[in-house]
Amino acid sequence: MNDAIVEKISGVAVPLRGDNIDTDRIIPARYLRCVTFDGLGEHAFEDDRKQDPGHPFNQERFDGASILIVGRNFGCGSSREHAPQSLHKRGIKGVIGQSFAEIFFGNCNAMGIPCMTVDADTCETLFAAAGADPPPLFEIDVSAGTISFGDRSVQGGMPSGPRKSFLTGTWNATAVLLEAADHTDEVASKLPYITGF
Amino acid sequence: MRRTLLDKVWDAHAVRELPNGQTQLFIGLHLIHEVTSPQAFAMLRDLELPVRYPGRTYAAIDHIVPTDDQARPFVDSLAEEMTRSLTASCREHGIEFYDLTSGEQGIVHVIGPEKGLTQPGMTIACGDSHTSTHGAFGAIAFGIGTSQIRDVLASQCLAMSKPELRQIKVTGALQPGVYAKDVVLAIIHALGVKGGVGYAYEYAGPVIEAMTMEERLTVCNMSIEGGARFGYINPDATTIEYLRDRHFAPAEGFDAASDYWRQTASHPDCGYDDIVELAGESIEPMVTWGINPGQAVPVSGRLPVPGEHPDEAASYQEALDYMGFEAGQSINGTPVDIAFVGSCTNGRISDLRIASQVARGNKVAKGVKALIVPGSMSVRRQAEAEGLHEIFQEAGFEWRQPGCSMCLAMNPDKLQGREVCASSSNRNFKGRQGSPTGRTLLMSPAMVAAAAIAGAVVDVRTTMSAARS
Repeated sequence: MNDAIVEKISGVAVPLRGDNIDTDRIIPARYLRCVTFDGLGEHAFEDDRKQDPGHPFNQERFDGASILIVGRNFGCGSSREHAPQSLHKRGIKGVIGQSFAEIFFGNCNAMGIPCMTVDADTCETLFAAAGADPPPLFEIDVSAGTISFGDRSVQGGMPSGPRKSFLTGTWNATAVLLEAADHTDEVASKLPYITGF
Repeated sequence: MRRTLLDKVWDAHAVRELPNGQTQLFIGLHLIHEVTSPQAFAMLRDLELPVRYPGRTYAAIDHIVPTDDQARPFVDSLAEEMTRSLTASCREHGIEFYDLTSGEQGIVHVIGPEKGLTQPGMTIACGDSHTSTHGAFGAIAFGIGTSQIRDVLASQCLAMSKPELRQIKVTGALQPGVYAKDVVLAIIHALGVKGGVGYAYEYAGPVIEAMTMEERLTVCNMSIEGGARFGYINPDATTIEYLRDRHFAPAEGFDAASDYWRQTASHPDCGYDDIVELAGESIEPMVTWGINPGQAVPVSGRLPVPGEHPDEAASYQEALDYMGFEAGQSINGTPVDIAFVGSCTNGRISDLRIASQVARGNKVAKGVKALIVPGSMSVRRQAEAEGLHEIFQEAGFEWRQPGCSMCLAMNPDKLQGREVCASSSNRNFKGRQGSPTGRTLLMSPAMVAAAAIAGAVVDVRTTMSAARS
């Protein structure tokens, strides 16, 4: 069994409402002054949390959550992988949202964090369910493309490429890309800006 | 086959289809900087892998450098550690590094073009979302995260999915006082900050064709702010003339290279997944009023009333609350505390020339701190050769060393408290400029200089016509 296979993620889900939550808000730039990703978890959403005592990441009942539920265009802005790394270090292993910014989505794929999309109504249902006290357990099933909570199950979306990578444990692309090293050299040898015009 | 530039460049760099259906894409130029690459080199060390094509990676240092005192070691010990880490990695792997002693240091997206590293028909990746800038040359250039930097260092390839293509045609001509920055802010305002998700943008039409390379760089730079991971402009005579005699442009084979570059342009009869048109004449100087770059109005306009925009009501209200603005108020006349000209969006020589024209013979308003931060050492040298620094200093602007500076405030250049900054940068996110409650108004360099002098947002067209009369 390939231990990189990501098939199911279960746990408490933290509902974070709002659209266009950018990577500067997820991890403010001052915390990018580092040469490792260690210690980023405690600074996730730091400024938002200070300005809003009711921020979901300030609520004890969501401590230890492994799933994050968000609105539209989550993770827009900078390419900083520090953003998904800070969430991951807080225990987030899967994200559900209406839509994701592309670089953030790509970073999550490269880290083995599935991002699943849902429509606006479903997202509202999930926000409401996740906000119950005590919060229910959620499960993201990458294989079935479903999100389950309590006795309910809804369908989510994920492009086939990332989905296959999670299910085959090949989301860490380095080894896969190196398999075609010879072919890579061949492609490079046909590019005029490499070989000379 | 009538292929687009995206088709042609993608096909030329496609190594194979990966088992998951994505494309293994060869990356022709890899740019790195001190913020997002140290962890990638550490990953490589853990995997005991070498850098496979060290000659295709170039390093810059820009985000954390101070713009006042650049003596080493830096006062900020973390900045010093990052700089040493990048220096050591470049030395270990044989990567060319434009460091502070090179005389060529600058913002990675400024030095790539000015050195002629950026060329049409390339694939370009960098651990920085504003890599879209390089699309101005007709390159497919996009930002990546640290794990993907590791992939490029190890294999010179990325696993990518090809996006759809939207052509954005800007017709007619621009009014005087309206610049490339206003064009791209108008595009993002029209299509929204997530309008480009899943798309690449091809900018076209008479307004784009009439732009200089530096103006095109400004437009492509902000593609990512509209949600498009990359945007490009088909190479033409302007592109080719810009590249002539650049350090990394081919010297002997320049004519052959020019032919190749022209051939990478989209076929005139190719198809697009979507086409959008914008009338150049209708674009006014734009100013953002909110917390994302799509929340902008023409300088003569008024802020929206959330209730009139049901789909955006919550976002608009959140932005108004953060900014401390009233629904329906005008943006003109909004007082500013700081003015910042610089960044990979607007830190090039033409930006400084325009700002200096506005500044010439005027004085920065009392209580306003105004910074001019050139995008590179080369831009700074050129500006000084033209005497621009003297115009700025006489007007009360601070003349700084090159770097990203107050665009994201990873160095000591930061807003304090709730200060309002008229900024030529690219993001007005909450806390972006270094204070968790700081406020950013994005605008063109001309508008920033005018705001510095007036102490408030003003229509630079009025200032300029007053100066002429």
